[in-house]
Amino acid sequence: MTRSILAAGLLCVSTQAALAETPILHVLTYDSFVSDWGPGPQVEAAFEAQCGCDLVFDAAGDGAAVLARLLLEGTRTDADVVLGLDTNLTAQAAASGLFAPHGLSPALDLPADWSDPLFLPFDWGWFAFVYDNTRIPDPPASFRDLIASDLSVVIEDPRSSTPGLGLLMWVKAAYGDESAEIWRGLAPRILTVTPGWSEAYDLFLNGEADMVLSYTTSPAYHLIAEGDATKSAAQFSEGHYLQVEVAGMVAGTDQPDLARQFLAFMTTDAFQSIIPETNWMYPAVTPTAGLPDGFATLIHPAPSLLLPPDAALAARDPALDEWRNALAR
Amino acid sequence: MRWHAEPRLIKPAAALVAAVLVLLNLGALAAVLWRADGEATLQPADWVALRFTVVQAALSALVSVVLAVPVARALARRRFPGRRLLIALMGAPFILPVLVAIAGLLAVLGRNGMVNDALAALGLDRVSLYGLQGVVLAHVFFNLPLSVRLLLQGWARIPAEHLRLAQALGFGARARFRLIEMPMLTRIAPGALAAVFLICLTSFAVALMLGGGPAATTLELAIYQAFRFDFDLGRAALLALVQAGVGLVALGVLGFVRLPATRQAGLDRLAPAPPGGLARVLDLLAISMAATFLLVPLGVVIARGLPHLADLPASVWAAAGRSLGVAALSTLLLAGFTVALTLAGLRRRWPEGLGMAALVASPLVIGTGLFIVLNPLVAPSTVALPVTALVNAAMALPFALRATLPPARQTEADFARLSAALGLSPGAHLRLILWPRLRAPLGFALGLGAALSIGDLGVIVLFGQTGTETLPLAMQRLMGAYRSEAAQGVAVLLLALALGTFVLVERLIGGRDAGA
Amino acid sequence: MLALESLSIVQGGFRLSADLTIRDGARVAVMGPSGAGKSTLIGAVAGFVPLASGVIRWNDSRIDGLPPARRPLSILFQDHNLLPHLSVFDNVALGLNPDLRLSTVERASVLRALAETGLDGLETRKPAQLSGGQISRAGLARVLLRARPLMLLDEPFAALGPALKATMLDLVGRIARETGATLLMITHDPADALRLCDQTLLVADGRAHAPAPTRALLDDPPPALKAYLG
Repeated sequence: MTRSILAAGLLCVSTQAALAETPILHVLTYDSFVSDWGPGPQVEAAFEAQCGCDLVFDAAGDGAAVLARLLLEGTRTDADVVLGLDTNLTAQAAASGLFAPHGLSPALDLPADWSDPLFLPFDWGWFAFVYDNTRIPDPPASFRDLIASDLSVVIEDPRSSTPGLGLLMWVKAAYGDESAEIWRGLAPRILTVTPGWSEAYDLFLNGEADMVLSYTTSPAYHLIAEGDATKSAAQFSEGHYLQVEVAGMVAGTDQPDLARQFLAFMTTDAFQSIIPETNWMYPAVTPTAGLPDGFATLIHPAPSLLLPPDAALAARDPALDEWRNALAR
Repeated sequence: MRWHAEPRLIKPAAALVAAVLVLLNLGALAAVLWRADGEATLQPADWVALRFTVVQAALSALVSVVLAVPVARALARRRFPGRRLLIALMGAPFILPVLVAIAGLLAVLGRNGMVNDALAALGLDRVSLYGLQGVVLAHVFFNLPLSVRLLLQGWARIPAEHLRLAQALGFGARARFRLIEMPMLTRIAPGALAAVFLICLTSFAVALMLGGGPAATTLELAIYQAFRFDFDLGRAALLALVQAGVGLVALGVLGFVRLPATRQAGLDRLAPAPPGGLARVLDLLAISMAATFLLVPLGVVIARGLPHLADLPASVWAAAGRSLGVAALSTLLLAGFTVALTLAGLRRRWPEGLGMAALVASPLVIGTGLFIVLNPLVAPSTVALPVTALVNAAMALPFALRATLPPARQTEADFARLSAALGLSPGAHLRLILWPRLRAPLGFALGLGAALSIGDLGVIVLFGQTGTETLPLAMQRLMGAYRSEAAQGVAVLLLALALGTFVLVERLIGGRDAGA
Repeated sequence: MLALESLSIVQGGFRLSADLTIRDGARVAVMGPSGAGKSTLIGAVAGFVPLASGVIRWNDSRIDGLPPARRPLSILFQDHNLLPHLSVFDNVALGLNPDLRLSTVERASVLRALAETGLDGLETRKPAQLSGGQISRAGLARVLLRARPLMLLDEPFAALGPALKATMLDLVGRIARETGATLLMITHDPADALRLCDQTLLVADGRAHAPAPTRALLDDPPPALKAYLG
């Protein structure tokens, strides 16, 4: 008895000693990434199995909140890797000077070219309006169709959520100078504007609106996780805007090797195969086992629209004014 | 009342609380300003936001308090089985997380809600909840319970003798209102109005969810935008200053309202039988309509979530434990704040204003300011829970003081002379005079604080890290992961915990007769 | 002896002066028009109303600097004499020990005071369960228990009926006799003054006059009192 307690004590001391030597990698990401249902727990287990390190996630709201948090912490940040920004945010992130080049060039399965030296994609998706196919047999096939319909949609606020900003860029990329007119047309169709994706999606699921701004991959969740095939994404002829989610290495990291190792790991099968059924997005590199079955039923929009980061940043404020003026009727 | 010496401990204690609150409010703002670079200016859209903020807050306050008058009166003078339970339940919307409450409200009044289905069945047009009317309605949903509770305490303090007098003199409903109830209302209503106005001033999610678009932008949302999208700390601080300015004006107006003192103290005799006839019918109507408006949405939230309660993941229960811990710490802090400021407030007016000031501040600015201050000292995530408890306590303090200060002052006005004539020591004065008269409102105040702390998402979102999520954050995460059914289960858990904590703390502090 | 020396009270535009003495064991009625300052005068003696100038002495020692409870007096107000949430016993016991921590002997004397004022058996009741007369008796029981040499009554019986009031005045008389206390009692009713008080102190025209024999004063009232009595 005494001996086993002593042994346990020794074991305890030795694991503590081992822990003290284990390097820690801090990854700052958005909230839903680290939740029990997000990729976080599996990614942590997979990476720790090969890095001999302790991976610690730090979470803040969504992509925009992650950036705000990083800017707030500045060079004092603990984060070694920031994961979860999208291309509408990366110009601002790059301008902060807080990121270092990743120096990696893996082969990516993106519907767009990628050559950003600071940020590396880990997943992507097309924004889309999701609807209930039992209630809407003939969904609108374009923004102009939607304007002409009597459907109600819930969208997210571009000032407080990344999908909201994505829609702003979508209309801008598709219609350019005509975007203000599109927004004026859409205004009567918009039931309300929510702070974030989860509130909008909840309103939609509760039948408040006919459609919600989400992703083409959203129906896959319902199909795979719930066996529910009633949700579909409407395919628009203008094409769909892409959200490409990226990660980058913090310039001031005290674990540059580990951070780079993590970014390299990020585009491997071990990480990428986790993404489809946890983040419900397309993996940046298609896993060797392919995508889960449900993904084959999803629409495949063309063309894919994406403003380069600098153009997205430049377009943001004028587009926001346009949006505000059109909707503040 | 100079003849009664103030215990020496009160002044430093109140000063300490004051320092904490001032540091929390102004310090946070200063921290944000300090980190800001460049000049900030207000944009045209900000003025629109200012106007919308003031209009919706003023309307919300007015409607909440006006509607609360008949409800509080009916509840005060009618006795029926389950009355206390009803009062406790009717308080629930106030302590609900915004998202849960909105979901319940939508189930009743939304596009596919019961009301609209009924209208459609009758061949009538559906009504829309989105827009200014929706924002005000949701705010009334949240704040009617608070208004009713505050007014109810006013009614409870009308001496039974006055009601007997009214009856003896054959007062009609109008005379009774003008001569007996109105004087009480002029003392209680301004506080209730100010409280609701200030709560709605910093409203964010309600306006955004139900406002229907950017026309319904509040200042708090503009602050959020400045932080999150522009990372323009200077503009965020400037907007926070504008918001605080509006709040301070409201507080100033409250300060100018003359509060007539009533001298009569009752002997706690039973009130005479309430008027019958039409008054009885109207009371019944007021109670049942308020109960329907407040309870049906809650019923829907429960009915939806109950089936999913059993299969909630283990992490949710851990989060619930964490939320209870935060609430316990927050309630302790609130108790200290409230007692110190109430005792100090017996002779001065500033503790009241100071307590209210917490409502003026932007929670976002406080959270961000604290983050800026703490970041160089400790890893913010390690102090996420205590900081959340502290901010929750500061946010609940205004309500607590609204509940405890008026009866404290009344008690002092009635009995301080007797206490002085008998030479009661400060301890005996506290134990024999103030405590018995104040434990019920204090119990209410602390119960409210505990419940608010459980339901509030709070500043933890700014500090959070894996392993520190509270129950509201867990719910948010479930929703963010398409798990809206599990989230509905968590909503029920939140509702039960918030209500349970409220009742428990109120009974524990307030004694058996609390909540009357 | 209670001495008010060059007393001056100023409250806003209101002024009251007094320069008089009251001998030990005297029973003095305080009369005068409404608003003349009767309660203010009693309040000043009790320590609730600050003095602008002047001195109050009790048996040659100054008491005007003392807090109310340290002055050698008991006071009954018009109302609020009992705490609604305490029992009759506790309300009376406050007079002996404001912390309500009583020894056996003290408990016995509380019960004795209750019995002497006709409240035996009612000690566990709350004030709300008492009649007006019983409330007055409870207040007097406390005065009896405190046995201070000076009793101040600020019209505590104004609300009682004539018969009940007479009973209370007799009880006051008995208590004053038993404790040897000096009595100062505000009243509007000349009959009260005649019943209990050998002297009457007139408060009128901003001045508290020296006490005079009640009978003589009422038989030949000065103009101010005459106007008041009608």
